[in-house]
Formats: sequence, C-alpha cells, structure tokens
Amino acid sequence: MNGSFGLAGDFFPELARLQQHLDEIFQTTPTSIRALARGAFPAVNVGSSPETIEVLAFAPGVDPKALQITVDKGLLVIAGERKHEAPAQGENQSVYAKERFSGAFRRVVSLPDDADPMKVGARFQDGVLHITVAKRESSKPRQITVN
Amino acid sequence: MNESNAVAKTGQAGSSPSVPQSALTPAVDIVENDVGITLLADMPGVSRERLVVKVDGDNLTIEGSAEVKVPEKLELLHSEIRNPYFRRTFTLSRELDPSRIEASLKDGVLRMHIPKAEEARPRRIEVNVG
Repeated sequence: MNGSFGLAGDFFPELARLQQHLDEIFQTTPTSIRALARGAFPAVNVGSSPETIEVLAFAPGVDPKALQITVDKGLLVIAGERKHEAPAQGENQSVYAKERFSGAFRRVVSLPDDADPMKVGARFQDGVLHITVAKRESSKPRQITVN
Repeated sequence: MNESNAVAKTGQAGSSPSVPQSALTPAVDIVENDVGITLLADMPGVSRERLVVKVDGDNLTIEGSAEVKVPEKLELLHSEIRNPYFRRTFTLSRELDPSRIEASLKDGVLRMHIPKAEEARPRRIEVNVG
C-alpha cells in the first residue's frame, strides 16, 4: 500500500511549487501595506479600469451564500469559511496530502480613493468571486475640448 | 456519470493545446481507503470546458486555465495569482484502475475518485478450523 499514489512522481512540479512560493516571497510589484499576507486564502487580484475597480478572490469550494462582503471607510472586506470536506467515507483511511485550506478566512483590500462604496457588485462563478466597485464620476477620465 | 465523463478524458496524450511555460500547482487533498483514492484539487476559475484530466501510462495529469471576464484596459494594481494556469501530475500504481476514474467539478474544486482494481482490495481470509 505504500507509495501507491506517488506525490513525488514528478520532481519538476515540486520544484515549480517551490518556485511559486519563492515568487510569492520575493514579489517585486509594490503592494499595499494591508496586502502583505503570503499564501493567504483566498488569493486576491486587484485591477483598475477607467470605469471600475475589479477585485478577484480565488475562493474555490466556498459557499457563495456564506460569503460576507463589506465596504467600510475605503476597505473592502471579504470574509467567510471553507469547511473541511471529508474526501471519502470509510475505514482504513490514510491521508497522503492535505494542502487545501480549511477554516475561516478574512481578507481586506484597501480600495483606491476614487472608489465609490455605494456602487459595489459581486458575482461568484467557478470558485472565483468577482467584485466590481465603480469609480466616482468626478474621477473618471474625460476629455476637455478646446473651443 | 455522464457529467463526470465530460470532465474526464482518459488516454489522450498530448491533447492539451498551447501549454504555457509556468503553471501553478493546485493544492490537493488525497485520501486513500479500501476501495480507492479520492483526490480534491483547487482549480478556481477553471470551467468544465477548460479542464483536462488525462491518463497517460502511469501518469495522471490534471490541468486547466482559469478565465474570468474583466473589462478591457485593466491595469493590475495587486496580484497574487499572475498566470492562472494550473497543472499537476501524479503517478498511479498498478492496483489502481484508471479506466474507472470518476471526476466532477464544482465551484472550482475538482473531485476525483480512482478506484482500486477488484483483486487489489484487501480481503479477509477465513481460516477453517478442522
């Protein structure tokens, strides 16, 4: 029964995983002081378009109804819990890997000043939470015509 | 069952399209019991159509790319996942039966069950007293 499912079957994916961790540690893009958590769950990407701020939270296996999303004083808070799923029932179980996060989580994203906290939309698909925050009208780029 | 077949493509080597150089290793839970092995893998943003599960010889590979619709002209302010392409390969041993792998995908979590071949399951041998 030993080694019947070789995790180390491929050496290079394991190296890639290490590289991934190192990349996370030595990330070169500047980040907000509130976004220093490494390997936190869920992973969060934040982007800005001329009209909106887009926040993506990679939260696979989370019940979207149990997600709490709040905006307060320019901080967007995503909180929830991912329960540990028993992968299978039965006796004589042996666990070979338990890498997936389980438990309560809370991630905070500081929104840019031009974000409008009154206009926030969220949807959840394929384990990705996608939050769209509109920008204030006054901050949108506009063209000034010269008469 | 039909659903799971749509996700599991067995025995199709090299069916993946352009494979990016770097891939994220999805986090997995792997548990074995008497009947087989259950594997859960986090693949957020990967839809059923973009997920590939393939068995090539002893190797089981799961891969898929996440796709999220975002507006154009998006400037990334902060990113923890840069290239959302997931891939991981496992080695299967002889007593597992790759022809009967079941796979399902829900909310970005891939759940697979790899049964053991009947003859490989542990059984109790009765001792006759006589």
